[in-house]
Order: sequence, then structure tokens, then C-alpha cells
Amino acid sequence: MKNLKTWAVLLFFLLLKAAGNSSMAWGMKMVPERMSMNPALYLDAMLNPFVAMGVAALILALLTRMALLSLADLSFVLPVTAVGYVVAVFLGKVLLHERVTHQRWLGTLLIFCGALLVGSTSRNTTSRDTAPRAKDPE
Amino acid sequence: MKWVLVAAMVSATVVSDLLQSYEMKRAGEQSVSARGLARLLQTIARRRLLILGVAGNAVSFFAFMALVQTEPLSFAVPASAASFVIETVLAKFVLHERVGARRTAGTLAVLAGVALVGG
Repeated sequence: MKNLKTWAVLLFFLLLKAAGNSSMAWGMKMVPERMSMNPALYLDAMLNPFVAMGVAALILALLTRMALLSLADLSFVLPVTAVGYVVAVFLGKVLLHERVTHQRWLGTLLIFCGALLVGSTSRNTTSRDTAPRAKDPE
Repeated sequence: MKWVLVAAMVSATVVSDLLQSYEMKRAGEQSVSARGLARLLQTIARRRLLILGVAGNAVSFFAFMALVQTEPLSFAVPASAASFVIETVLAKFVLHERVGARRTAGTLAVLAGVALVGG
């Protein structure tokens, strides 16, 4: 059951991350000013609705990833969430019409295989017997 | 300039992930239901290292925003995975996670894939 919860949270994170990254990339391409160290430029860019949607989705993705880190090891979460890179390349090609070479597709396949391999290992190898559990009836 | 942004994004991510992983294991299991997320926000507000971790995320996020403005998404996202090796090594030695042969092999495959995608 815990494993199922881990995979459900992981899937939710991947969906949010993919939606957030694509929306952000799409919106930022429309912003005319080049970003620099001036914070006002970033705030101004967030007025673009696609950037704003991207920011909202990525904040939610951050919170979801933190929940995921309470369920599984960092060394498990890192490669398994790498499936998100595959999704990003796919969305870059389909939505943003980026050129994706054979080399990039081969890399994508390797990422997917690596994530499957890591996904077959135990998700949590550190003891949490002494850690307090957050009470949430779900 | 793009590599400066990648370096800023990666180093902020490494610090942020280590702090978050350490603190979230101590905080106990969380959920992503509405009530669970509200509880998670309370947890963040109570723990200084988590606040520092979120600040690291913010730095990484703004660097990503600037990067994705001029570079393709299919470069920017895989480039962010340069933190992979550093974080896995630190997860083993700082967080004392057991990184066995299968997990190491999988991580190396992902790393090779990221190098191909980003190259």
C-alpha cells in the first residue's frame, strides 16, 4: 500500500513538472526583455499567463516532491524522477517544435531504462522507526 | 552565460535536495491531499533547514527561468540533471542511504542518458 502511495505521488509530481516546465518555456519565449540580476524583470515575466501557470504548477510540484522525499530515499527519487527528462524532450518536440536528434532519443531511452532499474530497488533504505508520522486521514 | 546559469541551477539544487531529503525523513510521511499539503506548509515553516532548502529551490528556479528563455527546453531540463552524481554520492555518505549495485547501475545509465540528451 505504501509502495502504491509512493508511485501515485511520483506520477502526480511528474505530471505537474511536465506541465509547469512546458508552460514556463512557452511563456518565457514570449517575454521580450532578457533576464538579468534585476528581480523586477522576473516579476514582470510572471505577468505572462503561461509563465504564471508554470510557476503555480512548479510550486505545487515542489511541495509534491517534498512529500515524495518523506516516503523514499533521495538516491531513489533522483533517477526515478528522471523520467521527467524524457517527457520534457517529448513535449519540447511536440509542443515547442524543437529539433530532437537521434542522439537525444537514445539518451532518453537510457534514462528510461536506468529509471526502471532504480525503480525496482527498495524505495527507502534509511530507518525511520524513530521518526514521528504526520497524521493525515487522507 | 548559459553555463553560468546551469552552474547556479545545479549547485542550488544539490544544497536544496540534501536539506529537503534530510528534513523530510525526520518530519515523517506526508501526503499530497489538500490537508496533507497544508500540514506540509506548516512543517516547512517550523524547520529552518527546510526553509533554507526552499530558498535553494528559488535560486534554482530563477536560474531555470532565465535559461529557458534563450535555450531549448530539451536542453535546459536534462542539463539540470548534472547534479545527479554529486547528489547520489552525498546521499550515500551524508544521508547514509544504501546505494547498492542495481541502484548505482541505474543511476549511471540515467547519467549517460542525460549526457547524450544534453550533448
